[in-house]
Amino acid sequence: MTLAARPAGTMAASSLASFAASRRRQAVLAVASVTLLCLLLTIVAIGQGAFTIAPGRVAEILGTRLFGDAAELQGRDALVVLNIRLPRVLLGLLVGAALAVSGALMQGLFRNPLADPGLVGVSAGAGLAAATTIVLGDRFLASAAMKLPFAVLPLGAFCGGLVSTLTLYLIATRQGRTSVATMLLAGVALGALAASLTGLLAFLSDDRQLRDLTFWSMGSLGGASWTKLVVIAPIVLPLLVAVPLLARGLNGLMLGEAEAYHLGIPVQRIKALAILLVAVSVGASVAAAGVIGFVGIVVPHLIRLAIGPDHRLLLPLSALGGATLLVGADIVARLIVAPAELPIGIVTAAIGAPFFLWLLLRRASTLDG
Amino acid sequence: MADLAPIASGHGLRFVAGGRTLVAGASLALRPGSTTILIGPNGAGKSTLLKLMTGELKPAGGEILLDGAALHTIPAWRLACQRAVMAQHAKLAFPFTVYEVVRLGVDGVGRALPRQRRETLVGECLAAAGVVELVGRNYQTLSGGEQQRVQFARVLCQLEAGRSVAESQALFLDEPIASLDLCHQLALLDMARGIAARGVAVLVVLHDINLALTYADRLVVMDRGEIVAQGEPSATLDDALLRNVFKVDLSLSRAPAAGLPFLLPQQHRPSAA
Repeated sequence: MTLAARPAGTMAASSLASFAASRRRQAVLAVASVTLLCLLLTIVAIGQGAFTIAPGRVAEILGTRLFGDAAELQGRDALVVLNIRLPRVLLGLLVGAALAVSGALMQGLFRNPLADPGLVGVSAGAGLAAATTIVLGDRFLASAAMKLPFAVLPLGAFCGGLVSTLTLYLIATRQGRTSVATMLLAGVALGALAASLTGLLAFLSDDRQLRDLTFWSMGSLGGASWTKLVVIAPIVLPLLVAVPLLARGLNGLMLGEAEAYHLGIPVQRIKALAILLVAVSVGASVAAAGVIGFVGIVVPHLIRLAIGPDHRLLLPLSALGGATLLVGADIVARLIVAPAELPIGIVTAAIGAPFFLWLLLRRASTLDG
Repeated sequence: MADLAPIASGHGLRFVAGGRTLVAGASLALRPGSTTILIGPNGAGKSTLLKLMTGELKPAGGEILLDGAALHTIPAWRLACQRAVMAQHAKLAFPFTVYEVVRLGVDGVGRALPRQRRETLVGECLAAAGVVELVGRNYQTLSGGEQQRVQFARVLCQLEAGRSVAESQALFLDEPIASLDLCHQLALLDMARGIAARGVAVLVVLHDINLALTYADRLVVMDRGEIVAQGEPSATLDDALLRNVFKVDLSLSRAPAAGLPFLLPQQHRPSAA
């Protein structure tokens, strides 16, 4: 090749090789430790609660269910593990992964580490749509003596998420440039609007609906069941599988939209797909567990600190990290005021809000983008 | 050289933004092996013309051909194999390392290349642009000049990776040396000419008239959206053009050795008028 006007000296070549090796080591270490932590917390989460089961016994029950004779699984332990705790923990894993990935996607889309579906009103929009479905849906369908099918909720929440993501993007983006200050302020306004409308719905609702609404606005994994999982998993799992397809495009977008176009990236398609994925995964998770904030901002940021911003690793690791964080937060939510339990949104906000302030202090300049 | 069919050509290009005509009926042809340098005063429409030629902006009138095909009919990925672009400033949103930035050049375009080849390509381009020692650094913490050299390495990488797909290629550089010291200015322009020597059509927007005269095979002068002169450098620029377009009352001199024209700003006197 004629290109090397200044051939790479031995020192340069070795610095290149050692750089590549240290990056690989970091990546392997990060993947291994997050995976381990996730497994550990999953086992602990299944065992903890009003009725404690030792981690060894949990592993034994799960092992028997997966590989052994399921008929042997009698008794209270097995019942609690398989019918109460397992769906809850699986839901936590799914919702956590969906939230963290949609945070990472939004940060890539807006080219800013401060974007998060909870912070900029996307979750609130999805929550409003869910509340509307609960209150008005019941009201109009009640005469038809129909029970509102659970699948309508994710659909409603998805539409709410999509509308708010699109509105936000249209307001904050002029001529291909996204103003972060506008995005955050518009997000605050959208969130406030959604909250006020949700409040109006609360005013209109009866006691049972009011309890449901409180659940949506603070988030909880308490309503987990196998039926819910069967509805949510087919929506979220394919998304998590599809997300790595966006990684290369998002990496290119980090240089700017024009540069990404020069690199041959189908910019409009990537952006549309990212918006759609964010709306769907936030919608599904809000429908399943209510509005849970800050997972989408804390997790991708920590992963970036550990392994850098390359989306090819960032997106899958965010999914794993988000799953871990939410299951961990759920353990806290269940233990801290046992035998009652705290809404999980309160726990994630207690972790996430100070983290966000710290982020702002550390990178004050990111607001001026 | 002039007889070779152009790789990229624009015919009667017009571009209007906010009611102002930024490019008014510009035509130019970029031929293989030739370095075309575009000069002109601020706001002459140089960058806009370059953006039209790369496909970043769509012209209000006229057409652009790339390797015989209308530019807007070429899919984005194919286009990226045929031409590489270095824009004026590239800010990054996240702390990517220099290695990752340069790898972006090969990630999309070179996806058909074996992984090993992609990695060596990144290393070669880092070395060629003289930024190997920056490889693990955070791009955001580099100086403006270092960032510019890293972007050049990325563009080199894209061009090299695209060569396995597209035979005839074009390279567009928009003020690539604005933040560089003299040594790196010369090195980068040398490399641009080296790339042209391999048969690539190169278009560079420059502000330094002396460097433009030194490095151009073909000089294009723009003023108020129009191309006012183009051709062989020493035949294109004269004192009248300097006065009318660049608003400086200076006269060109000839360097003793090669007979190249040059310009000394020391002759400048504040005008009495």
